[in-house]
Amino acid sequence: MMAAQRTFGRRRVGRLTNVTLYLVLVLGALTMITPLLWMVVTSLKPLEDVFKWPPLAFQSAPVWENYREIWRAVPFGRYLANTFLVSTARTAGVLVTSSLAGYAFARLRFPGRDAIFLAYLGTIMVPGQVTMIPSFIVMRELGWLDTYMALIVPWLFSPFGTFLMRQYFLTLPRSLEDAAAIDGAGLLTAFRRIALPLAKPALATLAVFTFLTSWNDFLWPLIVTDSREVRVVSVGLTEFQDLYYTDWPLLMAASLVAVVPVLVLYMFAQRYFVAGIATTGMRG
Amino acid sequence: MAEETVQSLGGAAGLGAPPTAPRRRLGARLREERRWALLFLAPDMLSVLAFTAFPVIAAVVLSFLDWNLITDATFVGLDNFREMMGDEAFWRTMGHTVYFTVGTVPTSMALALVLALALNRPLRGVTLLRTAYFIPVVAPLISVAMVWRWLYDRDFGLINYFFDIVGLPAVGWLTDETWAMPSVIIMSVWKSLGYNLVIYLAGLQSIPRRLYEAAEMDGANAWRRFWRVTFPLLTPTTFFVMVVSLISSFQVFSQVYVMTRGGPGDATTTIVYHIYHVAFELFRMGYASALAWMLFAVVFVLTLVQVRFQRRWVYYE
Repeated sequence: MMAAQRTFGRRRVGRLTNVTLYLVLVLGALTMITPLLWMVVTSLKPLEDVFKWPPLAFQSAPVWENYREIWRAVPFGRYLANTFLVSTARTAGVLVTSSLAGYAFARLRFPGRDAIFLAYLGTIMVPGQVTMIPSFIVMRELGWLDTYMALIVPWLFSPFGTFLMRQYFLTLPRSLEDAAAIDGAGLLTAFRRIALPLAKPALATLAVFTFLTSWNDFLWPLIVTDSREVRVVSVGLTEFQDLYYTDWPLLMAASLVAVVPVLVLYMFAQRYFVAGIATTGMRG
Repeated sequence: MAEETVQSLGGAAGLGAPPTAPRRRLGARLREERRWALLFLAPDMLSVLAFTAFPVIAAVVLSFLDWNLITDATFVGLDNFREMMGDEAFWRTMGHTVYFTVGTVPTSMALALVLALALNRPLRGVTLLRTAYFIPVVAPLISVAMVWRWLYDRDFGLINYFFDIVGLPAVGWLTDETWAMPSVIIMSVWKSLGYNLVIYLAGLQSIPRRLYEAAEMDGANAWRRFWRVTFPLLTPTTFFVMVVSLISSFQVFSQVYVMTRGGPGDATTTIVYHIYHVAFELFRMGYASALAWMLFAVVFVLTLVQVRFQRRWVYYE
C-alpha cells in the first residue's frame, strides 16, 4: 500500500511539472511570435496611433490603406517582381548545375573524381566576404553593376546543392539505370528519365533553400545595385528607414509583405525545410 | 567490380555475345561516361572557378595592393597587414564580433537543447509549438530586423512598454552603448533558436529507444538518463551545431546594418560591417581584402581547433 501511495504521489508531482513545463513552452512560443504579431498590428495603425499606449491594441479602426500606400511611397511592386525574378532564376540555375554535377560525382566514372569532389566541397569554407570584393570588381569590369546579371549570374551554383544531390543519387538503386543502359538508352536518358524523377525530394529541398536564401540575400544586392529598376525587396525596405522620419506603419506593412511569400512557401514545403536542415545543415 | 557488374548484366540480358565483347563494350561505356561527366560537370565547375576560385586568388593579390578603383593600383607588399596590426578599428571590431559570438552561440545552443528535450515528446499541439519556435528562422532577416528595431524603440517600443508595466525604467536599447550589443544578441538568439532546435530534434530522434529502456531497467532516473545516454549521444549534434553557429556568427552583418548601422559610436560594428565600410564606403579595396583574409584565417583556425579537439568530447558510436 505504501508503494502504491508513493507511485501516486510521484505521478502527481510528474503531472504538476508537466503542466508547468507546458505553460513555459506556450509562453515561450508566444514570445517567439510576438514580434511578428506586433508587425501585423503596427502595419494596420494610422501613424499617430503608434505613439499611443497600449501598443498591442488598436486605438482606432485598422487602416488597410497602409497596404496600398507602400506601393505608392516606393516602387515596392517592382522590388517584389525583381526579387521573384532573381530568386527564380537562381533556383533554376542551381537545380540544373547541382543535379548534373551531383549525378556525375555519384554515378559516372572519370579520373580524379573523388579528389575533385573533395576540393569542390572545400570551397564551402571560403567565406563570402573574401570573394565579395573581387567579385564586385569583376562585375564592374564586365559592366554588370546595377543589372540583373550581377544579381543572378554569380549565384547559379551551390556546393551544398551538389553535395546534397550526390548523396541522394548514391542512395538510389543503381539497377534501374543499368537496366536502362542495357536497353540501349543513353546515359542522358538514364539521368533524365530515371534518376532525376526519383530525386524529386532532394530537388524540392534544394529548390526551397535556394529560393529562400536568395529572397533573404542582402549584402550582395546592397553593393552591386544602386538604381530602383533592379532593386530587391531586402534593400528596398531600408528606404522606408532612410526617410527623414520612420513611418513605422508603412515600414511594418512593407516588411510583412516581404515575409508573406516565404511563409507561404514554408507552409507548402515544411518537410523539405526540416529535411534540408537536418541532413546538410543548410541555412536559409 | 564494376566490370563484373557489366558482365553479369550482359549475361542476364541473354545477349550470348562472344567472351571478348563485354570488355570492348566496357571500354566504350567508360569513354562515354567520361564524355558525359565532362558535360555534366562543366556548368557547375566553371561557375565555381569563376566565382569562388578566381576571386579567392584575386583577393590574395588585392590584399597586397592599394587601390581605390579609380586611380591606378599600387603594390604595397605587406603594408595592409602591417596597418591592420596597428589599426584600433580592426581590433575593436574583432572584439565586438567575439562579444557577439560569445553572447549568441552558447545561449542559442543551450536554449535549443532544452527546448528540443521538451518538444521531443507527445505533447498536445506539439507541432504548433515547434512551428512557433521555427517561424523566426524562415522569416526574412531584414524584415524581422526592422520589427526588432521598432520593438527596441526607446519611447514607443513594446519592450519598454512591458518594462514600464513592471516598473522598470526605460532603456535605450539601441541607442545606449552598453545595451546596443546585448540587444543585437537577443534578436539574433531569437532568430537562430529554431534552426538549432530542428537539428537537436533530429539528433534526439536518432537515439535508439532501447538505450533508454535499458537505462530505466537499471534504475537510472531522468537526470541520470540525460547525462549518461542523451547528452553523450548528442555530442556529434552539438559539435555540428557549434561549428556551423560559430562560422555564421563571425559573419554577422544584416541585423547590425538595419538596427544600428554599427552604432552608437562603434559599439555594434562587427568585423564584416567594418569590411563593408572599408570596401564600399571608403573604397579601399586592398585593405578590405586583407581584413577579409584575416577574418577567414580566424574562422578557419577556430574550426580547425574544434575539429582537433572533438576527439576529447564528441562520442561516435
